[in-house]
Amino acid sequence: MVLSGKGGVGKSTFSAILAHGLAADEAKQVALLDIDICGPSIPKMMGLEGEQVSEYSNYVEENLGVMSVGFLLSSPDDAVIWRGPKKNGLIKQFLRDVDWGEIDYLIVDTPPGTSDEHLSIVQYLSAAHIDGAVIITTPQEVSLQDVRKEINFCHKVKLPVIGVVENMSGFICPKCKNCRILTLIFLLSQNESQIFPPTTGGAEKMCQNLNVSLLGKVPLDPQIGKSCDKGQSFLSEAPESPATLSYRNIIQSKSDNHSAKASSQLAALLFRTFIYCRSMLFCHK
Amino acid sequence: VEEGSAKEKSNLAGVRHILLVLSGKGGVGKSTISTELALSLRHSGKKVGILDVDLSGPSIPCMFRVQDNDVHQCDSGWVPVFVDQDKSISLMSIGFLLEKPDDAVVWRGPKKNALIKQFVADVAWGDLDFLIVDTPPGTSDEHISTVEALRPYKPLGAILVTTPQAVSVGDVRRELTFCKKTGLRVLGIVENMSGFVCPHCSECTNIFSKGGGEELAKHAGVPFLGCVPLDPQLSQSLEEGRDFIQEFPKSSAFPALTHIAQQILDGTSQRSS
Ligand SMILES: Nc1ncnc2c1ncn2[C@@H]1O[C@H](COP(=O)(O)OP(=O)(O)OP(=O)(O)O)[C@@H](O)[C@H]1O
Ligand SMILES: Nc1ncnc2c1ncn2[C@@H]1O[C@H](COP(=O)(O)OP(=O)(O)OP(=O)(O)O)[C@@H](O)[C@H]1O
Ligand SMILES: [Mg+2]
Ligand SMILES: [Mg+2]
Ligand SMILES: [Zn+2]
Ligand SMILES: [Zn+2]
Repeated sequence: MVLSGKGGVGKSTFSAILAHGLAADEAKQVALLDIDICGPSIPKMMGLEGEQVSEYSNYVEENLGVMSVGFLLSSPDDAVIWRGPKKNGLIKQFLRDVDWGEIDYLIVDTPPGTSDEHLSIVQYLSAAHIDGAVIITTPQEVSLQDVRKEINFCHKVKLPVIGVVENMSGFICPKCKNCRILTLIFLLSQNESQIFPPTTGGAEKMCQNLNVSLLGKVPLDPQIGKSCDKGQSFLSEAPESPATLSYRNIIQSKSDNHSAKASSQLAALLFRTFIYCRSMLFCHK
Repeated sequence: VEEGSAKEKSNLAGVRHILLVLSGKGGVGKSTISTELALSLRHSGKKVGILDVDLSGPSIPCMFRVQDNDVHQCDSGWVPVFVDQDKSISLMSIGFLLEKPDDAVVWRGPKKNALIKQFVADVAWGDLDFLIVDTPPGTSDEHISTVEALRPYKPLGAILVTTPQAVSVGDVRRELTFCKKTGLRVLGIVENMSGFVCPHCSECTNIFSKGGGEELAKHAGVPFLGCVPLDPQLSQSLEEGRDFIQEFPKSSAFPALTHIAQQILDGTSQRSS
């Protein structure tokens, strides 16, 4: 499950990468469920925009199925103006009525916040075993304060926290890369180009305080947004980009606290993501 | 007769214009635009209130650095939190009602709706030129309740915020439909985080591409209020709860932000004349 209290921090982007990464292993069956009912981004990010819903989920690859409310809308202007109970009904339906087949991994992309959708999915999946939640944040305090709430939410509903990913941490200007602004150093130094400044120590400090593991930091990279909109493969377009490199960092940052096992599992997944996603990342159009 | 007198006595009776800041997408800068709009309007001598109806992720208290304040009760309801001595900006947010700042508000719809109704009815705003309503992303409980509760007070309309990427513009298209369906006028679209000028080499990079918001405005036939660039000074000053409009007139986001406020002011003076 991919969560964040804050909007627009990269939950859907991360879910999409993770899904592709897992599905690169052809022996595994992967499902990506988008429960962001009012703002589903997954169809676009997976290159499935315009597909209609069927009783089966839509397939990106043979072993990668996707389900989203986006498939239920008849036009891109359709708005889902629903109150909670109706949303809960739909989530239940997604889990019960969609023929997912046998799946090894179910990735759930969620809307921001701690509300109906989150309560429902945790409740409906409680019978199955949920590995846990990956929490995405950006470095600013405005974002972290929401993420702390999200971590408390996880504790409340007994959802294990696999770890935190700090996204958009720093920006490396493509023109003058040589100014040595590397992700990690970047976060520690008070560099001018910190568009989203970690004024309270960023995710690192928060993770220390709350005793959860920091899985890694991904810098802002113009190529990510562009590949997503244009349907190019980000990692193959920019194999040397700092954002790509930071996936490696995520892998190396195996932490040694209580969720070390979960986090090293996730790290391994991300590593696979990095290796295999080169040719097929994000949107396929 | 009863309804009329209820409205007479209502806490919103002294509020001249109500505007909502909306976006289908999260993290595009709704709270930022709400905050900077309030600061710009204050700069033009207006009295402004911000009602933050983002119940699970309230940012407004933090952006004004008043997150430790409490809300008090008076005869006519809740007293909002004032950000300055002159009481030129007043705020109401669930952030002021939580015992611990990290408490998660894990509420389903009905509970949220009840609080929003209370926020609309029970805050003693006094006289305001503008009440800005900052919303969470989406088109759900909070939005439906807010629009319903505000309907008797005839809000001026909504400002929609997007970032330039297609993923975000797509969500804002849905928000436009929400406005149409609920009869809320669209005052215009703001494209936020549009381009970034590197402080080292002055090269402009479109981190989140460019032009999506403007195109959408054209496509939908609604006004385009402008592009606000990514500006490290803006996020820094929001983190520290400073008055960006007062302190950074030379920064790259300043002209765009004040231009948005000016267009709102022009729109309201046209309407009242
Ligand atoms: N590291 C990055 N560098 C550049 N752009 C990024 C990065 N991460 C995400 N983005 C872009 O930022 C935007 C927001 O990301 P995304 O939609 O994944 O966020 P989200 O948390 O799912 O948002 P929501 O709360 O609306 O569901 C997208 O356009 C995405 O392409
Ligand atoms: N033009 C900009 N330049 C630099 N930083 C910005 C800009 N606009 C917004 N930000 C920063 O981006 C982050 C997200 O903005 P904000 O919280 O206003 O978004 P939001 O739409 O209200 O999010 P949510 O959906 O979670 O309510 C904040 O940390 C803010 O400081
Ligand atoms: Mg999303
Ligand atoms: Mg906000
Ligand atoms: Zn530079
Ligand atoms: Zn540069």
